[in-house]
Amino acid sequence: MKRAFLGEFEEVVLLTVAVLDEGAYGVNITQEIEQKTGRSVGFSTVHTTLQRLEEKGFLSSQMGGATAERGGRRKRFFTVTAAGRKALQEVKQVREELWGALPPQTLQLMGG
Amino acid sequence: MKPPRWANWLLETFGHPDTREEVQGDLLELYAYWEQTMGVRQARWRYSLNVLKLMRPLAKRKSTEYPTIFFLSPIMLRNYLKIALRNLVKNKAYSFINIGGLAMGMAVAILIGLWIYDELSYDKYFQNYDRIAKVMQTGTFNGEVFHGEYNPAPMGPELRTVYASDFTHVIMSSWTRDHILAFGDKKFTKTGNYLSADAPDMLTLKMISGTRAGLKDPASILLSESVAQALFGTSDPVGKLMKIDNKLDVKVTGVYEDFPYNTEFRDMKFIAPWDLYASSEGWVKRAQDNVEWGNFSWQVLAQIAPNTTVDAVSEKIKNIRLKHSPESAFIKPKVYLQPMRNWHLYSGWDKSGNLEGRIQYVWLFGIIGVFVLLLACINFMNLSTARSEKRAKEVGIRKAVGSVRSQLIGQFFSESLLVAVFAFGLSILLVLLILPLFNEVADKQVGILWTNPVFWLSGLGFSLLTGLIAGSYPALYLSSFQAVKVLKGTFRVGRFASIPRQVLVVVQFTVSVTLIIGTIIVFRQIEHAKSRPVGYDRSGLITVAMNTPELHEHYNALRDDLIRTGTVLDMSTSSTPATDLNSQNSGFDWVGKDPGFKDNFGTIAVTHDFGKTVGWQFAQGRDFSRQFPSDSSGMVLNETAVRYMGIKDPVGKQVKWNGKPYRVVGVIKDMLMASPFEPVYQTVYVLDYGWANVINIKLNPSRSTSESLASIESVFRKFNPGSPFDYRFTDQQYALKFAAEERIGKLASGFAILAIFISCLGLFGLASFVAEQRTKEIGVRKVLGASVTNVWLMLSKDFVILVIIAFGIATPIAWYFLGNWLQKYEYRTELSWWIFAVSGVGALLVTLLTVSFQSIKAALINPVKSLRSE
Repeated sequence: MKRAFLGEFEEVVLLTVAVLDEGAYGVNITQEIEQKTGRSVGFSTVHTTLQRLEEKGFLSSQMGGATAERGGRRKRFFTVTAAGRKALQEVKQVREELWGALPPQTLQLMGG
Repeated sequence: MKPPRWANWLLETFGHPDTREEVQGDLLELYAYWEQTMGVRQARWRYSLNVLKLMRPLAKRKSTEYPTIFFLSPIMLRNYLKIALRNLVKNKAYSFINIGGLAMGMAVAILIGLWIYDELSYDKYFQNYDRIAKVMQTGTFNGEVFHGEYNPAPMGPELRTVYASDFTHVIMSSWTRDHILAFGDKKFTKTGNYLSADAPDMLTLKMISGTRAGLKDPASILLSESVAQALFGTSDPVGKLMKIDNKLDVKVTGVYEDFPYNTEFRDMKFIAPWDLYASSEGWVKRAQDNVEWGNFSWQVLAQIAPNTTVDAVSEKIKNIRLKHSPESAFIKPKVYLQPMRNWHLYSGWDKSGNLEGRIQYVWLFGIIGVFVLLLACINFMNLSTARSEKRAKEVGIRKAVGSVRSQLIGQFFSESLLVAVFAFGLSILLVLLILPLFNEVADKQVGILWTNPVFWLSGLGFSLLTGLIAGSYPALYLSSFQAVKVLKGTFRVGRFASIPRQVLVVVQFTVSVTLIIGTIIVFRQIEHAKSRPVGYDRSGLITVAMNTPELHEHYNALRDDLIRTGTVLDMSTSSTPATDLNSQNSGFDWVGKDPGFKDNFGTIAVTHDFGKTVGWQFAQGRDFSRQFPSDSSGMVLNETAVRYMGIKDPVGKQVKWNGKPYRVVGVIKDMLMASPFEPVYQTVYVLDYGWANVINIKLNPSRSTSESLASIESVFRKFNPGSPFDYRFTDQQYALKFAAEERIGKLASGFAILAIFISCLGLFGLASFVAEQRTKEIGVRKVLGASVTNVWLMLSKDFVILVIIAFGIATPIAWYFLGNWLQKYEYRTELSWWIFAVSGVGALLVTLLTVSFQSIKAALINPVKSLRSE
């Protein structure tokens, strides 16, 4: 099957979910991204991206317990699937290969 | 503070139900966080913004069901094709009938299309097509209008000088005839013309070598590529000296590309200058030099000037003949131009003066083509609809597992389109296979128009149209079924569903039966004319053209030598062969002739032995005889001439021709020399040794023909060494008179057979479908005691009724049209009732044969098998 395309923001979200491990749900994913990348992301953006990643099969989700501050509503926890992990690794590998292929003088110029 | 209520309401109402809970939870959590970090206002703002962005049209919907793919997406198309192919392979017999039948119909349509294209593009090879015309004469004789393309010699010069501004070219032309072309030892009989020097320009000859101006030299000749090849092989012919008819020395001044087959000039294999012809033939020279306006022996072709029209010029020149021969006023002569575009298709006039000609065959074949194609399409449609009813269950299941209607439509359409496109491909193959035979029968040289986009576009366009129409029933009707109804098993296609099919079968058989009747009548008419008594004996009769000075000079010695060989019973010369009547004359007078009488007679010059050679039979009097020297002014009439003149006991009476008295020595039974479909023409035969164009030879029937011909050839070689020995069998020449009719008959019968075959193919398919549909019923009937015969009768009856209805419709149609067609012929057969009966019974038998196979098969099935499933 053709490799599913992973967008840049999708990659960030997927990685964040992986970082947060067990406790990844909408709110903390959004906050984590804001803190780690310093960019202001809307919850809606994160939410739709999560949906999309789930459709693509990179994420799976299950409903968790309810808490009072949420008006008694349950949380949806996300976990990275095997396909998701593979996609992340592929992205990483491609990046590394490209970095590795940089000629040394270019690397120096870039301040690496 | 709480988040805005309207935002909550929005989310409740329009948020996606699957994710509403956690989204609301998340947003509330975030709201609390924002309130702490950024203040109420900012939090409320952010909350509202996020809610809006999550509205369903904006946010990506998460669907749990499989997505519906657009029915024309490439993925679906691939799927349709795959399933269509599998269906085709699965139902091999059905696919074969469908594709094969349709391909056959298309092949017929393509062939007819090519035939019509060829007919319509006749003579279009010539660049001046729109401006070239033939000079014609017309007049009225006894209330009957006649037309002729014979012109007097001064016509050309008159048009060229007096009407110079109306013509670009005026061409005098001899008739295309056999001539002997000789270069060294190589001698061939080839057909060619003598034309005025600017003819190559008018005809825009495509020169391979030499120039179009080559004909300006009066001792020159232009050769067609094929003749040049035959005479000179690969060496360059230009500048070589050769001979025409063993007497005229000419120099080759050019070689032109052969005219295409579909031109009036296709037999013009060489062109020699008119001036050479006029100077070498005494009678032509006389006619030209003495400005004889009474000798109508040539063709005049012209190209009109660019600033005028054929009609305008015709109007100007109409009185030329009247001006130069005022005595012809009583026939109201008129000169006019016949444009090249009418030469082939509108070459004649019917009795009321309308243009007619081969165009009627173009229409006839066009109609047949459309009908045969229609038959094939009807099959296709009938079989598709019949079969598709079986697929109602399939529709139900597909719908139950989630197919939407557009996909079912796509599926059915792609199946029918696939069949149509396959059929088109197959029909091209069929056409390629049949073309050689077709060209032979139709006397054509047509080929597939590989490079003509119109051909391919119309072919493919037609295939698509057929596919769309044939597929429309299953695609649009079946796809509308509700899955529940179909799958419950109570579904029935309405009881009138088969009515359209029955109507179409009736249409098919009406067309087929009409074609069968038509074909039988065309062939009856040909047979009728063939078996007409001809009044002479054409067996073992051959004719040889008398076209060299040597033959005239040594005629008597040649005759003596030939008779001495024992292979020749008798030999004579005549002005025309027995199968031709191409000279008519007036200027006759006899006692009791009405002064206003149209005294036009066929005139044939013969020698003493002519009668014995051809075996004519006397009704009164006697043959020419050497015993009576006065026979040199004797005359033999045919019976029609006697009736025409209205004289009793003509033998011994005097008839004057151009003032010269002749005595009637005998009356022969009518000799059929012209068209076998027309009445015999009034004809007079006179003795004249000088006016001889052909030698007639009666072979000895006790010798083998090939042996006789060999010995005759050797004698000819002795006396006429310069020419090849070319002879014609009279019975073959006679058979040629039926060529046009036979050609039409053969083509029509071919199409009729195909039509009935295609119809039967459809019937076969329908019968198998009906038998299959009624398998259970047949099973029950058999269990209850029905015999095989009962079942066979039951299944065949329906079809037989349809064919009988079709026969009822076809009979009056055929009666009307063929009755009209036969009116064209003076000598014609009758529309006998038995022809209709035979066609009807034939169609019925064929139907029964076709249907019986399926119905007997169905009747023989063991009911245990057919009933077991329930």
